[in-house]
Amino acid sequence: MTALLEARGLSRTYGEGEAAVAALHDVDLTIERGEFVAVMGPSGCGKSTLLNLLAGLDRPSAGEVWLDGARVDRLSETALARLRRRRLGFVFQFFNLLPTMTAAENVELPLLLAGRRRRAARRTARRVLADLGIADKADAAPRELSGGQQQRVALARALANQPDLVLGDEPTGSLDSAAAGEVLGLLRAAHARGQTLLLATHDARVAAAADRVVTMRDGEVTRERTLAPSRPVTLPFDPDPA
Amino acid sequence: MDSEYLFSLSMREVFMALLSGGSGHGYELKQTIQQEFGTLLPELNSGQIYSTLSRLERDGLVESEPVPDDNRGKRVYRLTGRGRKLIERWVEAPVPGARLKDEFFVKFVVATSVGLADPAELIERQRDEYLQSLRDLDARISSAEHGPTAELLVEGAVLHLKADLEWLDLIEQRMGRRSA
Repeated sequence: MTALLEARGLSRTYGEGEAAVAALHDVDLTIERGEFVAVMGPSGCGKSTLLNLLAGLDRPSAGEVWLDGARVDRLSETALARLRRRRLGFVFQFFNLLPTMTAAENVELPLLLAGRRRRAARRTARRVLADLGIADKADAAPRELSGGQQQRVALARALANQPDLVLGDEPTGSLDSAAAGEVLGLLRAAHARGQTLLLATHDARVAAAADRVVTMRDGEVTRERTLAPSRPVTLPFDPDPA
Repeated sequence: MDSEYLFSLSMREVFMALLSGGSGHGYELKQTIQQEFGTLLPELNSGQIYSTLSRLERDGLVESEPVPDDNRGKRVYRLTGRGRKLIERWVEAPVPGARLKDEFFVKFVVATSVGLADPAELIERQRDEYLQSLRDLDARISSAEHGPTAELLVEGAVLHLKADLEWLDLIEQRMGRRSA
């Protein structure tokens, strides 16, 4: 079966000649449909560059990106924009909600851009907001919402089109630990319903929820680990002390 | 041992603390503990409970008498004066906070200094273990099969593990700088 997303020998160099800096060097990565993959690594390791290349927001200096069996790194800007709108969802560290629109309108936007009718878009947006537990904030402006609530709206926006893949760049990076836990719970639930996820994160808790954790250093993938299903946890009480 | 990050505690103090409110049967102690900790705690069997209680009695910390009109040999337990003093001291004493011993770090320093292992590989393997442990714990938090006490305990363990992972990053950075 074809992988959902495949990067082959992906490199990205900024600048030229002596001043050239390799932000990404010869990265191979395959993501199967339904997988939850986390990318970890220190700031500047190339996580965001990798995500941008996979999302078609930047072009590789070398290598290829394949989405569902079709090469996409050479598509025109128009075709890439269309592909992003229809097949990808995005979650960012600082939510990136449009401040002049309500929560519901933010969620409707990608639906309208993908060609859905206004009434259907409105219905879908309300349903997705309800799924994520913030139906009551549908008419609120982003500035009236807490960080955790804004990220829920952003996640609703990312999921609204039922994208093939949701890409996230530090989705819990600006949240306190309670809100981060809630957003992680929602990401986990989306994954349980079959949503494919690729998240760049510093948050070990997010990484530990993934099926696979890719570690990057200096623009290269240095390790890929597959996590096992969770093991039972028990308290090591000493039941029979001497 | 997959749960070293959780504190270990002997049942003696737990039983004594539970008995400080009055007298009780072994079975009641078992029920109270299981209500609080749910499935986080392996099921206590009656044999373990009664052997702990009889050791406490042997040491003069609890006393017991048979339940009247009970032909199964059931006994009711209460703290002695000595037991009460001991458990009050136990409750008042803060638990040591600093973790100045760490099995991984000792292994890491010794094994790398004599060239027994590649330091980077040791760190990565330890990271595997911590990430997996974090996954195990988080699965417990998101499952609804336990109460608020167990949840808090697991959240605490999660925070410790996150710190352990950050510490691995730090070790890696310092070691990298040294070899560079």
